[in-house]
Amino acid sequence: MAAPYDREDGMPPAPPPHAADAAYDPNYVPDSVKTFVAHLYRHIRDKNVYEIHQMYEGGFQRLSDRLFRDAPWPSAEAVAPYCDGDHVFLLLYKELWYRHAHARLSPLTAAHRAESWTNYCDLFSVVLHGVVNMQLPNQWLWDMVDEFVYQFQSFCQYRAKLKNKTEDELQQLKQFDKAWNVYGVLNYLQALVEKSMITQILEREKEGLEQFTATDGYDYEGGSNVLKVLGYYSMIGLLRIHCLLGDYHTGLKCLAPIDLNQQGVYTIVIGSHISTIYHYGFANLMMRRYVDATREFNKILLYILKYKQYHQKSPQYDQILKKNEQMSILMTYKHKMHAVDSDGKIVSSADFDFYIVEDIIHVVESKPTKSHGDYFLRQILKFEEMIGELEKVQLD
Amino acid sequence: MATEQAAENYTVEDLVALNPYNPDILNDLEKFVNEQVSSQTYNLDANLSLLRLYQFEPERMSIQIVARILIKALMAMPAPDFSLCLFLIPEHVQMEEQFKTLIVLSHYLEVNNWSNFHIYILCAGFEQAIQTYAIHVLSLTYQKVPRPVLAEAINIEGLALDKFLEYHATNSGWLIEKGGQSQVVVLPRNEFNHPELKKNTADTVPFEHVTRIFPVLS
Repeated sequence: MAAPYDREDGMPPAPPPHAADAAYDPNYVPDSVKTFVAHLYRHIRDKNVYEIHQMYEGGFQRLSDRLFRDAPWPSAEAVAPYCDGDHVFLLLYKELWYRHAHARLSPLTAAHRAESWTNYCDLFSVVLHGVVNMQLPNQWLWDMVDEFVYQFQSFCQYRAKLKNKTEDELQQLKQFDKAWNVYGVLNYLQALVEKSMITQILEREKEGLEQFTATDGYDYEGGSNVLKVLGYYSMIGLLRIHCLLGDYHTGLKCLAPIDLNQQGVYTIVIGSHISTIYHYGFANLMMRRYVDATREFNKILLYILKYKQYHQKSPQYDQILKKNEQMSILMTYKHKMHAVDSDGKIVSSADFDFYIVEDIIHVVESKPTKSHGDYFLRQILKFEEMIGELEKVQLD
Repeated sequence: MATEQAAENYTVEDLVALNPYNPDILNDLEKFVNEQVSSQTYNLDANLSLLRLYQFEPERMSIQIVARILIKALMAMPAPDFSLCLFLIPEHVQMEEQFKTLIVLSHYLEVNNWSNFHIYILCAGFEQAIQTYAIHVLSLTYQKVPRPVLAEAINIEGLALDKFLEYHATNSGWLIEKGGQSQVVVLPRNEFNHPELKKNTADTVPFEHVTRIFPVLS
């Protein structure tokens, strides 16, 4: 696989195991959680996307920090009474549960990882069957796809480190050998892209026959945005996975329906914007398409510079800073390819042309600054002088 | 099996477009590689899909097939297909003799080291593909290329070269002139061998754009 990537969602690394783990009762539901679940359930039923977003970004984080710093949330069975036991809601709750576990629990068992995989399969299957009629905030839908790819990567790294595993853990791995299999991961993302018909939607949008970007992906005709937006974000998910596998050509093909020269749904959630441009740039760099890579890195680095102050309070802030650093480093590789003159100033090699006819070197300036040509000729004359001097030197 | 029967009704291109992440199509993709070699066709997407499947099913990897994919990729130069394929091949496989040779060959092609390159004829159509690539590179570099340089690049000499030159004089706009020590072939003008023709905007990154990023980098 390609170079290891760090956490996309910027969560801090998991703290060491705590005595509190031993006291964890999965059935104990604090009052604040009862309220949280009941309200979130109601807002989802009411399709109140704004409130859902507030609870998702704010409430969940605050409760996690206050009550579940390094312990899991109450089990789905325990909170079921507060949401009418709604099957789909509980899949969403578990999605949050396992994401929290991946961020905070240490060690995370193979069983936890496998259960999370099963939960994603169940959740995506429900969505793919087209029976979902809720509207969810784009941030949550992006995080689902982002986390799905992250947990896949995390599981592969976990599984690869077999040396330090106990008998128990090895047994668990054998038992859950279907979890996070690469075919499943690729095929779920592919299925979301296909079933959502997102490619056709984007095509028709260009001809004015469909509204998608204009409504930020939301459905104002009583339908659901979940399948369409998950399909959209899955294109970016596939780009990421192909980059991990080293197949940059196919990765870029997966992203092709998205026009990076325009605003789009990919720019709405900052995490998705950065992830798209980063992986697009990286793939182009590996394919030696330096001009394309530089152009996009340029744009996004300036964007981050302008807007990061607005995200300081958000959970994505760390992730933004990390990607900023990674891209700056990649940009320096591009700069190394330019010639540097004696003053240390970077001379763009794109401006400097010469051609040779018989014994004469012609220097062509495509820009008005003739100084490059003069400089070159002066150095060549100096060089010839120096060669002349050297030839006169007698070595004994 | 039902899947095999269904697969027969689709072309390989369909399979790669509709159902690429499926180990059942591995045999079809292998057959397709052999077809590409014998019928002198080429399909990068199908070959990348096969290399991807080999990553997931390492016991089913066929060194022969991988070598053929790499040869076809070499023939696609200047496209970067060779390195794209190499990214998907595990390092321990790249250490095999045949692959070491192919990697060296690809390097020779990159740096236009023709004298070491032309010993190898690797499959049908290989020589023509490499000659096409050589001519492509020469026309980016030269307005007038001396005959000996051309001869070494395409590995043709004597009467065969005369015929080759005649063909291109008629069909590709080449001019044959008397140069200082030997014949000289005048290649058609393009933006790369005639700097005046070079469009400023097309492929270059204006320096001003890059300077905007310096405050961020510091």
